[in-house]
Amino acid sequence: MAHAADIDHHDAHGADEKPPFFARWFFSTNHKDIGTLYILFAIMAGLVGGALSGLIRWELAEPGIQIFGPNSSVSLLGLIEQSKHGYNAVVTAHALIMIFFMVMPAMIGGFGNWFVPIMIGAPDMAFPRMNNISFWLLVAAWVLLLTSMFVDGGPGRGFGGGWTIYPPLSTTGHTGPSMDLAILALHLAGASSILGAINFITTIFNMRAPGMTLHRMPLFAWSVLITAFLLLLSLPVLAGAITMLLTDRNFGTHFFDPAAGGDPVMFQHLFWFFGHPEVYILILPGFGIISHIVSTFSKKPIFGYLAMAYAMVAIGFVGFIVWAHHMYTVGMSINLRAYFVAATMVIAVPTGVKIFSWIATMWGGSISFKTPMLWAIGFIFLFTVGGVTGVVLSNAGIDYSLHDTYYVVAHFHYVLSLGAVFAIFAGFFYWFEKMWGVKYNEFLGCVQFWIMFVGVNLIFFPQHFLGLQGMPRRYVDYPVAFAHWNYISSVGYAITAVGVLVFLVILLEAAVRRRKAEANPWGEGATTLEWTLSSPPPFHQFSDPPVIKADSH
Amino acid sequence: MDPTSKDQLSAADLAKIEADNKAGTAERPPKRSHGKVAVLCVAAFFGMVGAAYAAVPLYKLFCQATGFDGTVRKAVAKPTKVLERKVEIRFDANVRSLPWDFQPMQTSQTVRIGDTGLAFYKVTNHSDKPLTGRALYNVVPEQAGAYFQKLECFCFSNQTIEPGQTVEFPVVYFVDPGFVTDADTKDKQTITLSYTFFPAVPDAGGSKQAATTPRIVEPLGGKPPRAL
Repeated sequence: MAHAADIDHHDAHGADEKPPFFARWFFSTNHKDIGTLYILFAIMAGLVGGALSGLIRWELAEPGIQIFGPNSSVSLLGLIEQSKHGYNAVVTAHALIMIFFMVMPAMIGGFGNWFVPIMIGAPDMAFPRMNNISFWLLVAAWVLLLTSMFVDGGPGRGFGGGWTIYPPLSTTGHTGPSMDLAILALHLAGASSILGAINFITTIFNMRAPGMTLHRMPLFAWSVLITAFLLLLSLPVLAGAITMLLTDRNFGTHFFDPAAGGDPVMFQHLFWFFGHPEVYILILPGFGIISHIVSTFSKKPIFGYLAMAYAMVAIGFVGFIVWAHHMYTVGMSINLRAYFVAATMVIAVPTGVKIFSWIATMWGGSISFKTPMLWAIGFIFLFTVGGVTGVVLSNAGIDYSLHDTYYVVAHFHYVLSLGAVFAIFAGFFYWFEKMWGVKYNEFLGCVQFWIMFVGVNLIFFPQHFLGLQGMPRRYVDYPVAFAHWNYISSVGYAITAVGVLVFLVILLEAAVRRRKAEANPWGEGATTLEWTLSSPPPFHQFSDPPVIKADSH
Repeated sequence: MDPTSKDQLSAADLAKIEADNKAGTAERPPKRSHGKVAVLCVAAFFGMVGAAYAAVPLYKLFCQATGFDGTVRKAVAKPTKVLERKVEIRFDANVRSLPWDFQPMQTSQTVRIGDTGLAFYKVTNHSDKPLTGRALYNVVPEQAGAYFQKLECFCFSNQTIEPGQTVEFPVVYFVDPGFVTDADTKDKQTITLSYTFFPAVPDAGGSKQAATTPRIVEPLGGKPPRAL
């Protein structure tokens, strides 16, 4: 693709002068510092969301209601309501936290902020102060969402209507202030993401280094650009829909109230017009990260660079016109269903282009199985499994049976919990030295990968069986017939939790031992601009832009 | 990507890059102000919020224009053509949050396609005060919404019922002959018409629709719920 040359470094002195602690971390306008804040925030939110999923798996480990029952042996410190509603509230909070406060901040806010400016040879983001606002809006949203969990929802404490917040359960079904707080949390998180998206679009369009044409831009920058467009076009629709919910609840409008001519199904259309692009928002940056890692550790340029970039464009575009496959059961005509089935299946084509291009990149390469590469290969395998069940579910006829069963839960956890999260771990270890300036322990990294790989598969693979046997989602209890696979799934959770502990040990070990990082630990395969800088990079980089030349090949 | 540090580049390459840089001939992104891009993005944001809100009337219009999803349409004249084929019409009644008894006065009727049918619904107010309700309806199968049309009905206007009073409401309807040619409906033998009485909402927009100029097929207003 391109050669980059750092020509001038006579500005190097003064590039590394950092502001004092409070100004540096609270008023930060530095893209790397903000990226670090986002990543720390995402780790924190991920631990909270992961703990909530632990409550879910603990409850479902055996039939009957145990930890969410009244007078359960686990009082959970009074944090979680001991009722069936409490279970629903936990499921809802788990989903919202993982989507809006873990995956999005890690991928877009974290890695995006850290590496998009560096990869395109820019000194910082286009709007550094707005970047700071994006982060702190997210913190405010987080506070609102947590508050929402602890105030009255109507049927009990917290909102228990699922992350899809369908009316009438989210209007007349939850009369307490909890839902209003959740709506405002989504508003703030949405505003944060929209500002971030505008920032990325402006940065990538305006601040590329000389010679860094769009067609020479690294795939991660491409993926963030496309993600930013998806955010810009889909989040306003969610904002509109939840504002309608808010006014329906508090100000006497009837957008979704059938008694006054409104239509609850219209909310589902609006929600999924946002919701489907949202799942690509969660995974596209992961595609970018995986491309870099596969190329680096195969010591080959990525196979089919342009096809990879435009496959993401195609996925993003088609992602906007398939939303109703989430709502086959609302009663659409056969023609409409046929359209959404066909459009949904079409997405498998650009996705297949990406999967095969990753495999082709590895093919004949000199592969080294370092921790990031393990996560990347794990991602490709698990995302493919989730993609295959996605094609199964795209069939309206099959979806009629599997809608809202654990098959769906297994499907989207394979593409998100295993796909997106594996991509985040892959990126985290790929850029570990670059971001933190110290090395992680390679052995512990591999140990964590294998534990988590076994654990998450054990959690989610049996859920396919449960779904096919008809176990519905979002229930606190189930018949004894489903006990076997539920138990195994919960055992998988325990194994995964050990993996998370190992992850924390890795962080601790690296922080204590402080092995000095290299500028480029990965050798000749790592070719993007961040590896031309020191680890960690100077506080301000590329005051004189690098020049990118076209590749000779 | 294959960036090289400056010591890996030949002197000639370096000189060329420096010259390109000075002369401004290196390929650079076009000079745009950040503000311009940001303003376009903000415009896209407001455009999409507007589109979300525009979806409300558009979705309603779409349902009424096409009979999508079981939206029943009101006609001003019965069709001129009556077919031999008959179809069974079943009647269903529901009440939500009102102390009313609401029943169809017949379980089903069999009518010839294109011919008008007359059915009655009966509602009794069991409370001790006058109450106002409003009825909404749709049909199953949803695809029949485009063909099941009404000349007279009691929907979309407020109905006040005195304590203990019983009122009978007529429905005059027909099934449009297009029913037998549409691939989605031609095999269907039965249409179910379902009404639901809701408590009247003081400032609901539904009453406005009655004032629109009649056309052959007049849109009627919102769509009832499907899953009661």
